[in-house]
Amino acid sequence: MPVLARVIEAAGISTVTVTAMPDLAERLGVPRIVGVEFPFGHTLGHAGEREEQMKVIRDALRVLRDASEPNTVEHLPYEWPDFERWKRVWHPSEAAPIIALLIEQRRRARGRNSS
Amino acid sequence: MAIDSYKWLPGSFANYYKTLPLEKAESIPWTPLAKPIEECCFSLVATAGLYVKGKEPSFDLDGERKNPFWGDPTYRTISRDVKQEEIGVAHFHINTADLETDLNIALPVHRFLELEAAGEIGSLAPTSYSVMGYQGNPPNTNEWENRYGPEMAARMKEEGVDAVLLTPV
Repeated sequence: MPVLARVIEAAGISTVTVTAMPDLAERLGVPRIVGVEFPFGHTLGHAGEREEQMKVIRDALRVLRDASEPNTVEHLPYEWPDFERWKRVWHPSEAAPIIALLIEQRRRARGRNSS
Repeated sequence: MAIDSYKWLPGSFANYYKTLPLEKAESIPWTPLAKPIEECCFSLVATAGLYVKGKEPSFDLDGERKNPFWGDPTYRTISRDVKQEEIGVAHFHINTADLETDLNIALPVHRFLELEAAGEIGSLAPTSYSVMGYQGNPPNTNEWENRYGPEMAARMKEEGVDAVLLTPV
C-alpha cells in the first residue's frame, strides 16, 4: 500500500493513508499517515457504526489539510473495546495458504529436530 | 499518544514485523493540497479485496491457493452508486464477514457521499478502487508500482480527483 500512496501522490494527487500499522508505513515512507489501533479489516471502525467511521475520516481529512511535509504521522486516540475477543475475531476462519504452509514447514522442522 | 502497530498480531508475527528490515523509499513524493477540502474531489482506495459481483471478476484466490507465495496484483473499480448487496469480498488473510455487511469500514463510499451532501468535501469521484492487499511473500509490488498504480492514478486524473483516502486493511 505505501507504493500505491507514493505512485498516486507522484501523479499530482494528495493522499492520506489510514492504517492499523502506522509504524510500518512510516518505516517504508508514505506522504501522510493516520494510525488507528483497530483490528485488521476494520480500518475505519466497526461495521454499522457510522459516527465512529466519520470521526476517523474527519481526522484523516484534517491531517490531509494540515500536514506540511512527507511522512507526517498522527496516531488517533480511539480505543477498540474487547481486545481478547477481537484479537481472535479478525483472523479468517481458515488460515491463509501462506500461513498454513509456514506453519506446516515449522511443524516438520520441529519433527526432524526431535527425531 | 502512540498506538501499538503490532497489537493484533500473534507474538511471533509481531516480533517478525517489528524487527523486519525495511528499506525506506529514497524519496517520498509530495503534492500539497491544491484547494480547501470543501472543494476537493475525492477518490478512495482500499486493500480489502472488494469487487462488485456480476460486474467485474473476483480476485484470483485460486492462483494464490496454487502458489501461496503470490498475491493477485490487479485492481477493481467501485462506483459511487454501489449498493452494499452488490459487494463481494475476496481476501484470505482477514475475516471478511463485517466487510460483507458494511464496506464503509474499509472503503467509505457511503460516508463520502454523506460528506458531499453536507458540503464538507467537494465531491466523491465516479470511481473508487480496491486491490487485494496480500502481494506475496516476500511482497512483490512491482505490478502496483509500474502498471496498476499508474493506471488508477491516470483514471483519477481523468475524473478530476484532487485527493485520495487510502485504507490498507
